[in-house]
Parts: sequence; C-alpha cells; structure tokens
Amino acid sequence: MIDAIIIGAGPAGTACARKLAENGFSVKVFDKRAEIGSPKRCGEGLSEASQQFVGKIPDRCIAQKMKGARLYAPDGRYLDVILTEGGFVLERKVFDKWLAEESVKAGASVQANTFVSGLLKNDLGYYAGVKGEFMGNEFEEKARVVVCATGAESPLRNQALGVFSKVNLVDSCIQYEMTNVDVVSDMIHIYLSSVLAPRGYVWVFPKGEHRANVGLGIIPQDKKPGEYMQMFLKEHPEISKGSILEVNAGCVPVGGMVKDMVTNGFVLCGEAANHVNPIHGGGIKEAVMSGLMAADVIGECLKKNDVSKKALSKYNDVWWEERGNHLKRVEKLRETLEKLSDQDLNDLVDALKPEDIIEFARGAKLSVLAKVLMRKPRLIAAAKHLL
Amino acid sequence: MTWKIDNNLCLRCGGCVSVCPTAALELRDNVLYDAKLCTLCGVCEKACPVDAIKVTKL
Repeated sequence: MIDAIIIGAGPAGTACARKLAENGFSVKVFDKRAEIGSPKRCGEGLSEASQQFVGKIPDRCIAQKMKGARLYAPDGRYLDVILTEGGFVLERKVFDKWLAEESVKAGASVQANTFVSGLLKNDLGYYAGVKGEFMGNEFEEKARVVVCATGAESPLRNQALGVFSKVNLVDSCIQYEMTNVDVVSDMIHIYLSSVLAPRGYVWVFPKGEHRANVGLGIIPQDKKPGEYMQMFLKEHPEISKGSILEVNAGCVPVGGMVKDMVTNGFVLCGEAANHVNPIHGGGIKEAVMSGLMAADVIGECLKKNDVSKKALSKYNDVWWEERGNHLKRVEKLRETLEKLSDQDLNDLVDALKPEDIIEFARGAKLSVLAKVLMRKPRLIAAAKHLL
Repeated sequence: MTWKIDNNLCLRCGGCVSVCPTAALELRDNVLYDAKLCTLCGVCEKACPVDAIKVTKL
C-alpha cells in the first residue's frame, strides 16, 4: 500500500505530492483530464513573489512579464500600480505540466486521464484509497491517506466532507483568449464597474504579441457573463477588434473558505477547500501554499502512523493561522467593495494611491484601507464597514 | 419537474458541480446528472456561466 493518493494534478495536488515525495513518502497523483493543465480555467496571472512557494518558474511557462497593474475606474480614469517585484502571465498548460514534472522528479508518480469515481474506506472507517478508471479499465488503489485537490468542480469533496461552494459566494466567469488586442503589454488591466461586472471585475491579462486573456466575473444571476462581456467589448474597440482563440468558463469561489478540511484519512486542499483570494479570485498561490501545508502535516501523521481526523486537523490550525485569517480580512474587503456604485468606484480609484494597494497586498490591516476611503465623504460609510 | 442541459452550449467548466449542494452532478466528458440526489434547487442554473442548464419545478 502506498502512503498517499492525491486526486487532481493542479498546483495544489502537485505541490502536495512534491513535498510528500521529497520527505520520502510514496505518492500517486491522478488527474481526470487527458492533458494536465488543459483546458485552462484561469486568467493565468501570478505574482513574482509567489515563487517563494512555487519554486523558480522556468521561462517556458511564462507568456509575459508584468510590471504591475492598471486599475480603471468606471469613468475610464486609471491608476497604475507598479510593483517592486512584478508578476507573470503564465501559460497554464505548460506551467501545470512543469509542476507535475517537479513532483515526479521528487519521486511522485502522476497519471493523467484517470478518473476517480469513488473513495474507499478501511476497516476503521477511514478513507484509505480510491476507485478509478484509466483507459477503459477500472481499478482500485489503496493508500494510507487520500488528498482531494480536485478544484471546486468535484463531488468527492461533498461526498466526504459535505463541502460545496455556495452559489452567492462564487463568481460566474467567462474568458476569451484573444489575439490582435491592443493594450499596454506589461501591465495587467483591471476594470471596475458595478454595471459591467456586478460584484466582480473585467480583466485583460496580456500574453505577449498582442495576445491576451480577456475575462469577466460576476455574481451569479439570470443575466450571464457573456452578455456583460458583449457590453464591455462594445465599449472597447481596441480589444473587440481582436480574434477569439479560446473560450473558457468557470465558477470561482471568492468566499466560504472551508473551516474543517479533514476527516479520518482524508484532506482537502487548494480550490477544493475554496482557497482562493476573495478580492481577485486568484488561486494558484493559495493552492500551492495549502498543498505544502497539507503535505507537512500529512508527513508528520504518516510518521506517527496516525491519520485520524484529530491528528490531521493540525493542518486546519496551520492553514487558518498562516493564511485563512488573512484571507478572511480580504473577504471582508470584497464584501465592502461589492456594495459600491460606479460613482463610488470612481471616487475610490481617485482616492487610492499606488502605495495603498501595495501595502494592502502585503497584508496591511483593514483599518489602513479604511483611512484611505475616509479621504472621500461618499466612501465614509464603506470605510466604517471595514472598521 | 425536470433538469436539462444543452450540451451544445455547455463548456464543461464544472461550475454547476461546484455549487451543487447534494453532489448530484459530476463532470466527465459531459455533466452527469443523478436525479435521485437532485432536489431541483436551481443553483446550478444560476451559477452556469453560459445558460446551458434549465431547471423546471412545475
């Protein structure tokens, strides 16, 4: 019997696999997709600083380097936030395969096109393996612990832990990868608008050579993201003149991080635990961080031969202490911003200084941001909500 | 009382699966539907980014 089965070869699963394998444990990763990393369901942005967790990203995974972000108010005015450390727009199809290769180099085994249809339990009632299917052949594989890193889209997390994403806490998203788009190419572009993207925002992430991911996320409703996208494109001929190379969709959990991510022999990590930054919906860094944290605790538990819920729950403590409580504050900020009208958003972009955003991104307290909002009378109510 | 998906519109994103409270949906080549688990609550229809799902409660 192997030590760990990981379901899902995205950033969370392969980070967890890499760390477990580095620590000498036997690990298999199964991914249901025929090609790891494809189809992408992602804007593909990542900060350079994330390499602290992800590792040094090879050039072939990077479509374009970014200096910072350009934040547009509904009235078209914008604020440039230049980061000392920049960021990347990735090629997820290459990046995810690279991460998988790194886990294999560390000693893990990875298998694509492998659908996990169910979970196995042992005599103690602990989760202890999976049922699956590869190339038309059904199989069973036992392991001492099962890690669910499936993203939000698998019913396995619901079957094992009753976890799902509440509909009002997801952003319903559509994205076109386009070519022949004319935008400043070394900045990501964020368009705020309560009319064009209620609750969410529109993003344009350049990928070099006039290519870009053009996407939009909104609170789920009858009117679908595609309709809003048409409205946005109509106002932006420099983008709509381009051609569409790929269409992606998805629902991103921008809240509702799972409190209790473990049960006997079973651990959730990454987006399967709704680990996504609630303000921008980015999940790669969170996925890798939770995968690594889970691997540390699982490793300790395997050494002590105790994968009970009680032993594994140290991962809950570590994650909430190191990440969850910060993301909870970010979620509160999103709740505040989603109430703002277009007029308020104009005032907000006007009131913000680039250093405010950088400071907040580094983990500043909400009170710091509240002081920024206090600069505009219209935003005082929102500021009070943050305090 | 019906749950229907238009597989021509569906982009296989799995958004419906992520919000389903009863694990009645699963994404393989298409979205698989388990009528025994479904409560016709309609959150999948609401979350779907492309209007591929229709839930009728009558």
